[in-house]
Amino acid sequence: MGDFFWIFASAAVINNFTLSYFLGLCPFFGVSKKIDTAFRLGLANIFVLLITSVCAWFLNNYILPHADYLRLMTFIVVIASSVQFVEMAIKKLSPALFRALGLFLPLITTNCAILGLALFQTNRGYTFLQGIVYALGAGVGLTLALVLMAGVREESELSEVPDVLQGAAMSFLIAGILSMAFMGFAGLFSGT
Amino acid sequence: MDAQDKLYTETMKGFWRENPVFVQLLGLCPALAVTNSAINGLAMGGATAFVLLGSSILVSLFRNLIPKQVRITSFIIIIATFVTVADLSLQALLPAVHKELGAFIALIVVNCLILGRQEAFASRNRFPYAVGDAVGMAVGFTFALVLVGGIREVLGNGSLFGFSLFGESFEPWVIMILPPGGFLTLGVLLIIFAQVKKSRDKRSALEAGKEAA
Repeated sequence: MGDFFWIFASAAVINNFTLSYFLGLCPFFGVSKKIDTAFRLGLANIFVLLITSVCAWFLNNYILPHADYLRLMTFIVVIASSVQFVEMAIKKLSPALFRALGLFLPLITTNCAILGLALFQTNRGYTFLQGIVYALGAGVGLTLALVLMAGVREESELSEVPDVLQGAAMSFLIAGILSMAFMGFAGLFSGT
Repeated sequence: MDAQDKLYTETMKGFWRENPVFVQLLGLCPALAVTNSAINGLAMGGATAFVLLGSSILVSLFRNLIPKQVRITSFIIIIATFVTVADLSLQALLPAVHKELGAFIALIVVNCLILGRQEAFASRNRFPYAVGDAVGMAVGFTFALVLVGGIREVLGNGSLFGFSLFGESFEPWVIMILPPGGFLTLGVLLIIFAQVKKSRDKRSALEAGKEAA
């Protein structure tokens, strides 16, 4: 169990996908104006990451040993289409959940965090369960970063910001400070 | 505008006026993730340039054959092919660089800059313009990566392209080569560019006012 805990903690906070691997930056800067939207995007992300992890494990174990060099192309095509299928299934089975995840689902598929997860999982040779825990941790980490960022930006709407700082520049500075804060979690690993 | 002029503008726009990183804010993931030194920035820029040029040429040549409905999928597969070529060649020719960049070479596939150029430019323009556009964007992207990487390396490690600059007494500002340094460097660069643009706009507004008077 300790193993699973470390995989989860490492993916969620210590090596946070957004703040220390710089994956999934587009939604991080694009969709982080309101806490509510940021949170729903985070949920959709967790969802897609879990599907990705399962797909990647399946491909790695049954298909790709025969054609290693096709890995990238297979990952992209299979992940994109399975997300589409699951999206259709959810639309039918649970319209409420579908509305909550909304149009984020197709967008997320081309997010670098998704492909990044599939590749990291492959490089580290995780088993099926480890992969799922890793995906869950990565998703929670992304959600955490998104919600924190949205919270700071909601507050900064109310304060006076110098002209040149407005927009992207300030988002980057905020992200830099958040990233510094997350570096503090690295101490968690010192014992192992 | 004749063909020569158009080719020139399409090529030059990527360098500065529509610089992918500083102006369009595209392709940020690699721009920040691997730029802890100038040489890594250069390697990443080179790999991205290869993929961008290759896919732009192919997409532009086949733009009338690719059905509109499946164009995004086709672009992605074309891009993924070139990335696989770049990935495997780097692994064979420059194993040290490949190890340093790790999975980020493979992640060029989802660099929004490349897909964006295919959708917005290469699939709508003739071959020479698509090449010009790809070269311009690739050079602009590489320039941005080397600039960010250079600043971070000088401040965080006291060296540039691996050569030590300040000697023994320099106390490195380690945070700059760690992840937060990437965000902070790009943030400060954007502030500088916004300030330059603001003062230039003001000056041209003043001059326009003088001429009118």
